[in-house]
This record gives sequence, C-alpha cells and structure tokens, in this order.
Amino acid sequence: MSTTEKKFTAKGGAFLIEETPAQAVFTPEEWTEEQKMIAQTCKDFLEQEVYPKLDEIDDVKGNPELMPQLLDKSGELGLLGTSVPEEYEGFGMNFNTSMLVAEVIGAGYSFAVALSAHTGIGTLPILYYGTEDQKKKYLPKLATGEWKASYCLTEPDSGSDANAAKTKAVLTEDKKHYIINGQKMWITNGGFADIFIVFAKIDDDKNLSAFIIEKDFGGVTMNEEEKKMGIKGSSTRQVFFNDCKVPVENLLSERENGFKIAVNILNIGRIKLAASTIGASKGIIANASQYANERKQFGTSIGSFGAIKHKLAEMAARTYASESAAYRAGQNIDDAYEDMVAGGMDKTEAKLKSVEEFAIECAIMKVHGSETLDYVADEGVQTYGGMGFSADAPMDRSYRDARINRIFEGTNEINRMLTIDMLLKRAMKGKLDLMTPAMNVQKELTSIPDFGSDEDDSLFAKEKKVLSNLKKAGLMISGAAVQKFMQKLSHEQEILMNLADMLIEVYAAESALLRTEKLVGIKGEQACEQQINMSRLYLHRAVEIANKAGKEAIFAFAEGDEQRMMLLGLKRFTKIDPMNLKDVRRSIADHVLEKQAYEF
Amino acid sequence: MKILVCITHVPDTTAKISFTDDNTKFNSDGVQYIIGPYDDYALARAVELKEASGGTVTVLNVGTSETEPTIRKALAIGADDAIRIDAEPTDSYFVAEQIANHAKDAGYDLIMMGRESIDFNGGMVHGMVGELLGLPAISPVMKLDIEGQTAKLAREIEGGKEYLELDLPFIAGCQEPIAEWKIPNMRGIMSARSKKLEVLAPSDASEAVKLQQYELPPAKGDVKMIDADNVGELVKLLKNEAKVI
Repeated sequence: MSTTEKKFTAKGGAFLIEETPAQAVFTPEEWTEEQKMIAQTCKDFLEQEVYPKLDEIDDVKGNPELMPQLLDKSGELGLLGTSVPEEYEGFGMNFNTSMLVAEVIGAGYSFAVALSAHTGIGTLPILYYGTEDQKKKYLPKLATGEWKASYCLTEPDSGSDANAAKTKAVLTEDKKHYIINGQKMWITNGGFADIFIVFAKIDDDKNLSAFIIEKDFGGVTMNEEEKKMGIKGSSTRQVFFNDCKVPVENLLSERENGFKIAVNILNIGRIKLAASTIGASKGIIANASQYANERKQFGTSIGSFGAIKHKLAEMAARTYASESAAYRAGQNIDDAYEDMVAGGMDKTEAKLKSVEEFAIECAIMKVHGSETLDYVADEGVQTYGGMGFSADAPMDRSYRDARINRIFEGTNEINRMLTIDMLLKRAMKGKLDLMTPAMNVQKELTSIPDFGSDEDDSLFAKEKKVLSNLKKAGLMISGAAVQKFMQKLSHEQEILMNLADMLIEVYAAESALLRTEKLVGIKGEQACEQQINMSRLYLHRAVEIANKAGKEAIFAFAEGDEQRMMLLGLKRFTKIDPMNLKDVRRSIADHVLEKQAYEF
Repeated sequence: MKILVCITHVPDTTAKISFTDDNTKFNSDGVQYIIGPYDDYALARAVELKEASGGTVTVLNVGTSETEPTIRKALAIGADDAIRIDAEPTDSYFVAEQIANHAKDAGYDLIMMGRESIDFNGGMVHGMVGELLGLPAISPVMKLDIEGQTAKLAREIEGGKEYLELDLPFIAGCQEPIAEWKIPNMRGIMSARSKKLEVLAPSDASEAVKLQQYELPPAKGDVKMIDADNVGELVKLLKNEAKVI
C-alpha cells in the first residue's frame, strides 16, 4: 500500500456505504516469495501424497488409517501449524497466509476437509479460548499432528439451532470433574480424533459451555462411518459420551460461553471455507479446460464451441470475484488485528475481534465461495459430457464433494440471514451509519434522475457508478423493509434472502473491480485484459441478480405508490450499459483454454 | 563433510515452449521455473547425507537474479547457504568453468548435480567440471553412500548395474532413485530467507558453443487409418506420400 496516501481503514460491513480505494485492497498477485513457496509446498503435497490415492482415501472403511497418516505427513511439513503461534510449535502465520494454505489444500477433496477440521474448528477453540495450561498441553501436539482434533457441536435435534443441544455436563460432588452425557453427530475426523471440542449444557444452564475431551478420558464411543453423498474419505461419525469424566480444568473458557465460542470459531471457519472452495474451483477449471481442448467432436475440439466457452468464462469470472473478495476480507482481518495489537489489545483477543469485525464479510464469502464452487463443479461435469458422469473421470468426485460446502459451517440460508442480521445490529449499535445513506437514497428517489452527464472516461468510471447505484438499491430496499417490519423482519426469511443476495453481489463485484483497478495501475491495461473482462462480466451478473432479488423483495412487501416508486428506483439503480458479453466470454475462455488452467 | 550442489533453473515440465527473436531466444513469458528435477534428486541426497553425518550443503547456480526464487527453494529444502554466479548461463562449458573456478579452492568433499538439465539436456557439465578440477566425474549416480573418505555408488549401465567405490572428492551427476524429492517444509521455508545467498561476479570464461537457432518439432500430422486387409494401399502411401520406403 502506498504510504503517501492517507491510510484507509476498512470497517466490517462498511463496503455498502462507502467507497474503498483500489490501493487499499490486497490482491493475490501480491503474495511474497515465501508465501508462494508455502503454496507450492501444499500443491506438491497434494500431488505426491493425495492425488495418487483418491480412491483409497474415499474408501474410509477399508482404509481407516490412511487419513490420519496423511495428516501426520502434512504435520511433518508444518501444514497443521500455520495459525498456531511459534511458542506452541506452530508458525504464527498471518490470517491471509492461512487462507492461502486453505485455498491450495482446498483442491484436495476429502483430505482438505480433514485438514481444515483439524486446524480450524478442532484447534482454534483451544488457541483462542484456552487457558495457558490448556494451550501448553494441547497446541504443540495439535500443531505437529501428533494428536488429531474434532469439533462436536451438532446433535440429532440441534443443527442450525445450536443452542438447543441436549448434551449435559454435571459437576461431581468433589467438584473435580464434569460428567458428560449426550450424543453428537456429523463429527468430522471422529473416527481417529484424540481430542474432541464438545459443547454441552452444565446442569440446567440456558447456554452451552465448551469442553476439551480427550478420547482416553473414557466413555467416548461412536457409530460406524456415515454413508455420505460426497467427501467420502472424510471420517464422519456419531459420537456418544456416556458418563465421560472430564477434569474441571478442561472446561474451555467460562461456563455458558460455548455459544460465543462456536459462533466466533465459525466466523473463521466460514471465510476459510471460502478460500478452500476457490482452490477446488481452480482445480475443476484446470481439468475442464484441458478436457475441452482434448475432446474432439464434429472434427474439432469442444473448447472451440461457444457453448463450452460460455461455461469456462463464467467459471473463471465467478472464481475471480470470489478470490478477489476472500483475500480482500482476509487482509482486512490482518490489518484490523495489527491495529488492535498496536492499540494495546491482547494478541489472542485481537485475533478474535478482528475476525468478528468482518463477520459479515465472512458469511458473505461462505455463501459466495460455496455457490461458485457448486456452479463450477456442475458446469465442469457438463463440459465433460458423458465422461462427466463417469466415476472414472475427475468430475464425479468434484461434483459430489462440492455439495457439502453449502451446508456445513452454517447453511447458506443461515449465513444469508446472518449477513443482514449482523448488518442491522451494527447499525443499531452505531458502528455503521446506514441511516444517512439510506435517507439520501430516499431523497434521490424523489429528485430528478442523474442521466450520467459526467464525462469521466477513466477506466471503470462507469462501472463504479453502477456499483454505487447497486449499493443504493440495496439500501433503498433494506431501509424500506426495516421500516415496514421493524423487529419482525427476522420472520421474513424470503426477504432476508433477497437482501443478502444483493449485498453478496455488491461485495463480490466490487472486490473484483478493485483488484483489477489496482492491477491495471501496476501492470497496465494491456496486461490485464482478462481481469478487466472478468470484472465487467461479473458486474453484469451482479446487476442481474440484484435486480431480480430486489424485485422479489419489493413485490413481497410494498404496495401501491410505494411499490411503484421503489420499482422505478430499482430500475434506475440497476441500469448498466449494454456490452457484448458473448465476445467478452469468448476472450476469457480462449485464455483459459490456452493456459489449461485458472492462470491470469 | 562439505558438499556443493549445483542446480539449474529450468522451465516447469508442463511449460509450453516457444521462441522469439527469429527463433533465437527462448520465450520465457508466463513460464514457471523450477529446480532441475535431476538436480533436485542430487540436492535431496545431499541433505540426507548431511542429516546423517553432519557437514554443510552449499547450493550453486549460474544465473541472473531471476533465479533467486529457485535458489531460495533449495535453501528451504535444506541447503545451508547458497551462491549465485551472476551471469547468463550461455553453454555447458561456460557454466562448468564458473563452477570449477569457484570450487577449485573452496575445499568441497563432494560436488553433486543432476545428470543433465531438462532444458538443454546437455549432460556435460559434470564431466567438464571434473576435467577442469582434475577430479573423477561419474554419471548417472543412482545410489550414493559415504563411509569416511570413501564413496560407494551404483549406476545403471547397458544391460546391468555397476557398483563403484572411490575416494572423495569427486563429481556426481545424479538421477533417481538416489533419493526422493523433498517438499520444503514450513520451517525450511521460513528459515530460507535468513540463510546466506552470496552473489559472485562471474570469472572470465568464454562459451565454447554458440547457439544459432531453435526449431520446434513439426506439429503432429493427421493419422490415416488403413484397413488391415488393405496392405497394398499402405505400401503405396508409405512409398508415395510418407516417402519412407
């Protein structure tokens, strides 16, 4: 970042109401030599250890030892300790570097799930909420992979509604132990975990508490491996705690603080999941473009057909938007952390607070990344045609493994609702002034429309105007919805989904544009032809989605004059100059086909 | 034991090869570079030898500053320090001269490298360095153990294998299965930046061979399928069209 400019400090959710200078965003083109080497190590590991064994890995019943062995090997390389501070035998890397690791490993199918469950939801609760003794005891073993971790939140009757969990903890008479009883399900790494982070209610508490349970405490049993649609190599078990005796010192954080731990750890998990979907998407693009070059029909490679080019270009552009947004948010988290530590905050607390600050962006990225991957996987199968349906070709696994990402770490529906909920809460707490810009939009609605007389012909001037209008559309409709429903807005889930869609698209499209603008500043327009194409293509998509979501929301709650006024406003705020998107897509696709990879 | 490992900086094996300047220059645009795969085996074995019985491993590359990421990777894999001789590696003789000039008074017990690079595949540098230093040079070394001042090695020869024994120092041109490639670990990567990478000016040396022009192999032509019963047609085509008989 240029030091001569006034430092721009990003705030969570503020992208909706302010303009971010391109110089302030981090772009993946800025990775250091060291970070690139780390990424290469992850890639080499997948190529050497994971890809040759994909079928064996997926046969989790036949080879139950294989996944823990792979985790051991990745532990030897240090891949399990990226986020763990050096004093606990980790490497204390910053947040964006851990995102990069998640991205590259994300192309590793079930192995990616095992690794991220261990390093994320398995390790982080102890790192962020553990006492010094707990950290000293567990973190070095987790960072090296000597012990494997899992996270037990979900129960048969409590999934998205985590606080409804029934698992109980009762203090023994001598007050030295908790006796834990209950049943947890969908426990990733359950089959081989040594450590379980378990959420349970102490006595008749209203809220959850969290415990670190070692398998050797006794009373831990489990069902067979679950039969799943995808990520078949990831060990997924039901875990039962029957009079499991847990020393009181293994209570994690304070009593009844479990829900907060779960939420904060999930914030991190969500954006890391987005990083991982980017890696998976890139892997599919590489395979699909290679296949499109090789497969001949009607005497020519199918990659020469417009219908296939359309797919490849969309796959690339959506991945580009996701990637731009994920690392933009990742850097925001790193910067906020540095600022908080510089301001005297404890490092552990700063880690949590910095992610919490950008919880909206984390939820947005979870949805965007997983839905991009699902699209990419689906079109990957389609590009392969009949071979896409064959279990001997790579798309079968990619397609099945992609699907879970829209479900775990909070379903996309929960995350969409959270996005709006958190945004409104931040506004109510005075952290985000949504009111003034929303009022301004109201004023603008009743004034003469701006016909775009300004002559700014700099790169992206028009696109920025479009983006600024999209934000207005979002503010107009959410403002009206809040006025209409007040506290009851949370019951209008359909409208919340629409509003979230608008917000998600604004963030993704803006991030792609900002990244490209910054790159053009460094490399010039000519060298960034495809990035410019992808940003513009994506912006058109964002406008389409915002327009559709906006209409649906308006139809759902506004009537008469108000409806007419808002529909006019929406039309005005989702205006975009026509562009030959067919040609844009062909150009992007030709590049992808030439590189046979997502490589720009 | 003091080991020198010479590494090349070569296009990734999947790189698309093209040329510029009227086919006289390799087009490096968008090309990813790696440590020469055979050199990578040599480096892996050198690191194993050091880990087993102590000593140091120095990596050397003759190249411009563009090769430094490749050198850093070698440091991350486990070399202790590095030397870059700041020159465009024009031909095998030039490179061999640079290596020999540096190594002649540096007291290495063993000089290892790949049996050949994978860009120009000359496979000559180890022999030339041996000649220039007056030391034995052996290639391809596929197994290498050191006992005191003696090296025991194996190489494949036409129709079989031979086992050799010789005194240090000598030059080894290596290939698999001398060791398995090492993936740099996090600790290695993080320590690589603080390891010494010395840049030396090239010594006076001239190239022995000048490159005139490159040419890509002709594109694969269409395949004609001829019915197995139609031998006459096949012979006719081989004679008149392919002109091979």
